[in-house]
Amino acid sequence: MSADTVGAVTHAGHGGPVGTDPDGHHDNPHLAHHFDSEEQQTEATQLGMWVFLATEIMFFGGVLTAYMIYRMKAPVPFAAASHHLDLTLGGLNTILLIVSSLTMAFAVRQAALKDRRGYLLNLIMTMILGTGFLVVKYFEYSEKFTHHLVPGPKFQWANLGQAHGAEQFFSLYFMMTGLHAIHMVIGLGLLTVILIQGRRTTFPARFKGRVETMGLYWHFVDIVWIFLFPLLYLIGRHYHGG
Amino acid sequence: MSEHIEKKSVYFSIFLALMVGTAVTVYVAFQDLGILNNLVMLGIAVTKATLVVMFFMHARHSSQLTKLTILASVVWLLILFTFILQDYLTRGMLPYPGK
Repeated sequence: MSADTVGAVTHAGHGGPVGTDPDGHHDNPHLAHHFDSEEQQTEATQLGMWVFLATEIMFFGGVLTAYMIYRMKAPVPFAAASHHLDLTLGGLNTILLIVSSLTMAFAVRQAALKDRRGYLLNLIMTMILGTGFLVVKYFEYSEKFTHHLVPGPKFQWANLGQAHGAEQFFSLYFMMTGLHAIHMVIGLGLLTVILIQGRRTTFPARFKGRVETMGLYWHFVDIVWIFLFPLLYLIGRHYHGG
Repeated sequence: MSEHIEKKSVYFSIFLALMVGTAVTVYVAFQDLGILNNLVMLGIAVTKATLVVMFFMHARHSSQLTKLTILASVVWLLILFTFILQDYLTRGMLPYPGK
């Protein structure tokens, strides 16, 4: 879409494919009152999601900054604590999320092509993979509880000199992965909505735009994990300290 | 943008690149490259994120305004990192007590 649909065409009757009546109203049931064209409507929806994602980037950016500073203060305990994360499960979750991003991209594509079957199939696949991620996360979390690696009064660390730094690592681990998991749960909720709506829609532009917007959110959550995986699971793997 | 339908092969190629990137990241983590370990792993992560934004999130077919929004959010993130780190990284450089 070109930029003129955002700025120039703000009043009805100035060139939009619909909205030609003098009062600025139109007959298109899939177009909200204040938009001139379906293209403009989709554009506005996506821009809105990107602005929201900008705030999300700052939100996770704050947590990442905390991670950087605490890791600089205690690099050795951080590396040692990172060894206690399960690389197999973390890697599996990385793969699950990348595949779910692929199926989500296909769900958006099939929705744009008005292929209901392909859309629903890919969306359901995405949701299964996302749920799989959370199940794996559940097993990872419960294993940390069993081994007393959850920060708090029950936290245990053999090397007392590193205990404080290691506990800080696990605080950040639970904060970062926990916030990410909450985003996954919200994402699954959003996908449930467009799954139910997708069963009866005739794929008007408004719905296609909605699917694409939900896709943006899902891909963003994938991107967060792309950074969390190396930062949490892979630091100092090359030396076997701790 | 919404009218642009990407070829299936494009998505599969990006998917493959993301998987290879993940494999390389894990491999690099087990090699001792000194300070380069972090740089390589973060470099790959940034590349993977860029691929997702450009292709899966269709940024390359988005409007100029959307592209500007994406760019601005990255710039803000860098401002956040830079301004906080220029404090933490330079503490203790001056010979004053209390830092």
